[in-house]
Amino acid sequence: MRVEYVIEMLNIRKEFPGIVANDNITLQLKKGEIHALLGENGAGKSTLMNVLFGLYQPEKGEIRVNGKPVKITNPNIANELGIGMVHQHFMLVEKFTVTENIILGKEPKTAGAINIKKAEKEVREISEKYNLSVDPHAKISDISVGMQQRVEILKTLYRGADIIIFDEPTAVLTPQEITELIQIMKALIREGKSIILITHKLKEIMEVCDRVTVIRKGKGIDTLNVKDTNPNELANLMVGREVVFKTEKSEARPKENILEINNLVVNDARGVQAVKGLDLDVRAGEIVGIAGVDGNGQTELIEAITGLRKSESGSIKLNGKEIINQKPRKITESGVGHIPEDRHKHGLVLDFPIGENMVLQTYYQKPFSKGGILNFKEIYKKAKQLIGEFDVRTPSEFTLARSLSGGNQQKAIIGREIDRDPDFLIAAQPTRGLDVGAIEFIHKRLIDQRDKGKAVLLISFELEEILNVSDRIAVIYEGKIVSIVDPRTTSEQELGLLMAGANPEKEGETNNV
Amino acid sequence: MSNKYINILIPIIAVLLGLIAGAIIMLISGYNPIAGYAALWNGAFGQTFYIGETLRQATPYIFAGLAVAFAFRTGLFNIGVEGQLLVGWIASVWVGLAFDLPKIIHLPLAILAAMIAGALWGFVPGFLKARLRVHEVIVTIMMNYIALHVTNYLVRNVLSKQKDSTAHIHNSASLHSDFLQKITDFSTLHNGLYLAIIAAIIMWFLLEKTTKGFELRSVGFNQHASHYAGMNVNRNIVQSMVISGVFAGLAGAMEGLGTFGYAFLQPDFSGIGFDGIAVALLGGNTSIGVVIAALLFGALRVGSLNMPIEANVPNELVEIVIALIIFFVASSYIIKWAIGRFKREAK
Repeated sequence: MRVEYVIEMLNIRKEFPGIVANDNITLQLKKGEIHALLGENGAGKSTLMNVLFGLYQPEKGEIRVNGKPVKITNPNIANELGIGMVHQHFMLVEKFTVTENIILGKEPKTAGAINIKKAEKEVREISEKYNLSVDPHAKISDISVGMQQRVEILKTLYRGADIIIFDEPTAVLTPQEITELIQIMKALIREGKSIILITHKLKEIMEVCDRVTVIRKGKGIDTLNVKDTNPNELANLMVGREVVFKTEKSEARPKENILEINNLVVNDARGVQAVKGLDLDVRAGEIVGIAGVDGNGQTELIEAITGLRKSESGSIKLNGKEIINQKPRKITESGVGHIPEDRHKHGLVLDFPIGENMVLQTYYQKPFSKGGILNFKEIYKKAKQLIGEFDVRTPSEFTLARSLSGGNQQKAIIGREIDRDPDFLIAAQPTRGLDVGAIEFIHKRLIDQRDKGKAVLLISFELEEILNVSDRIAVIYEGKIVSIVDPRTTSEQELGLLMAGANPEKEGETNNV
Repeated sequence: MSNKYINILIPIIAVLLGLIAGAIIMLISGYNPIAGYAALWNGAFGQTFYIGETLRQATPYIFAGLAVAFAFRTGLFNIGVEGQLLVGWIASVWVGLAFDLPKIIHLPLAILAAMIAGALWGFVPGFLKARLRVHEVIVTIMMNYIALHVTNYLVRNVLSKQKDSTAHIHNSASLHSDFLQKITDFSTLHNGLYLAIIAAIIMWFLLEKTTKGFELRSVGFNQHASHYAGMNVNRNIVQSMVISGVFAGLAGAMEGLGTFGYAFLQPDFSGIGFDGIAVALLGGNTSIGVVIAALLFGALRVGSLNMPIEANVPNELVEIVIALIIFFVASSYIIKWAIGRFKREAK
């Protein structure tokens, strides 16, 4: 008797000029399972899902839905076949309400006018059925990222999806929200839905998935039962070599203070105090990790240190010299490196070649220019060197930054920042959206900097990363450092409590919102 | 590589489509398109005199195109080239009239006046954008009207005594060239052509080879990343508009010191500044592209004068053909899409 598959993608091959993005990949999704699609950045996961969603046409291979061969030539057909996708970057209209977003393009109408009452009722019904607790009246701009994701899920359900693809759903969520998402996914399965989960987080796979298909460099490597495997095996299959999980590092030997922040006050974009009298020291030869829930002043703190945002009061000293409210260039020149949180917005000029991005802060210095004239030979020589050293996978140094994968863009930024050899390096979410291979590489580089006697400040929403890499952990809550803990003696649970203000009652309160 | 090829192909296809559409319209209106285009060609290139006129017409187009292209490459949309051109024109004529100096001083001084006037007219929208985030398109459009009426006031009340035009500038400030006139059968071609070519080279060099150009382009593409990298975003916005204004002012000097040698009451905008937008678009916002597109526009403008004479095609039809070319260039997206579609089908 044949196993019942709701989706079968058989021997899919998809070529782009010059590369084979998918080479003979087979993915079979059983009814009622959560199936992980695991692979490094650029392994071909997105391409494969875009083939399933009708955005690309495969050169070879067959797609079957419920055993019947189908041709999916555009996303509408995918929708009709009951395939829905929760994108990593939400496709929501900020100014619209939850209901308006959900019905967009499929509005229930009475005599030509949108029947918003009926729509709201339907949204509420679906929301209750899967225990999503979404308020149909709320505006998207007023609800949290986790809630927005639920709206995306509702959108697929409203359109009658039976198969839901989640594209790296946890990348943007807090630990609490991740737990809730997992509950939602389990509820969906109970109602007979099937899920494909695109991810490179092994922990999540072990926790929720039934089976996992691993792809590497466009090739299907294997499909395994999650019960029969372990994170180590999966990582090795994905990367194609042994991966070290626990970042190897020696004891930190911190020396003098490099960065001293005293009583710093910074307003956010709306003029509301976001950093409220913050104190923090970072010493030479140590990595200080900042743990905190998103929106507790981390972004404003970094922007104040780097000069991108005006500070209201307080003091920021680098090597004993005051740098508060100086121009970004002055601060950069005094020895601050910054791996920015948003690599597309701040890190790169996407329409410049990757080579020119490598000198974004140093183009006016020798040897990259002389007397105001750029020396492209030197610029591209440096670019080539960094591309090699930091394993940036790009066709050439003349390729536009835009056409590189996220992981390679990040490696380019990190190469650029580390190469300037700053006394103080800020790494804001340096591994967001990256795969284990790249994460391992980046962590090693950060520790190298530390061992060279530099000071490193790591800001991350991944507690595992904070615990793994930091020598000291500073917990930020409502614009202040509320406690400093030792990563060797603390736990995720303790950190979680501190991040929530170390007040269990308060945590209960936020749950009810 | 193939992308570069497509970028060159698109404007060529756009021009061809415009010409074909023009031919269809001529046919419908009962004119012979072959005779019409033959007249256009003869009127632009048929005799050395016409070639001279075409080049002369292309000269201000090159400057206007460079002005638009420069702003565009640095992320700004300068609709105010027309106004910057008018103030450049009047400033150059003013200096050309007011002083009597040796040519080696007088001509550069008159040109410099045009540059400064254009720069000033570009500075205002640049400053407002940098300081108050006022959109440059709005301000530059307004500045066009201010320029038109202010220059007309100056012509009537300051540079002449209630007349429709100023006196002729002193010879020492003129771009007049005996040599160029002689080899083009006494056309109105003047030394400005050399300046235009030099300006195109300067723009290319400034944008592609200097640290300033690197900054300007970087700010144009991504202000946030530029700020992060330590560039002064606001200063670069102002500088970009000022430099663009300088190019536009020079276009005015071409008319004031070259083609006409005086300034006159403008009943309406000269149109060169607005055509400059089309020239820049057609030329892909590159120096060499702008020069080629300006030559094409010069040829169309000058050649069209011959169409009524030789083929009885009304002048207005030429306007329609030019409009159609602009239309097809602006909709280059459609051509790009069609090329992509064609390639896929071929596979």
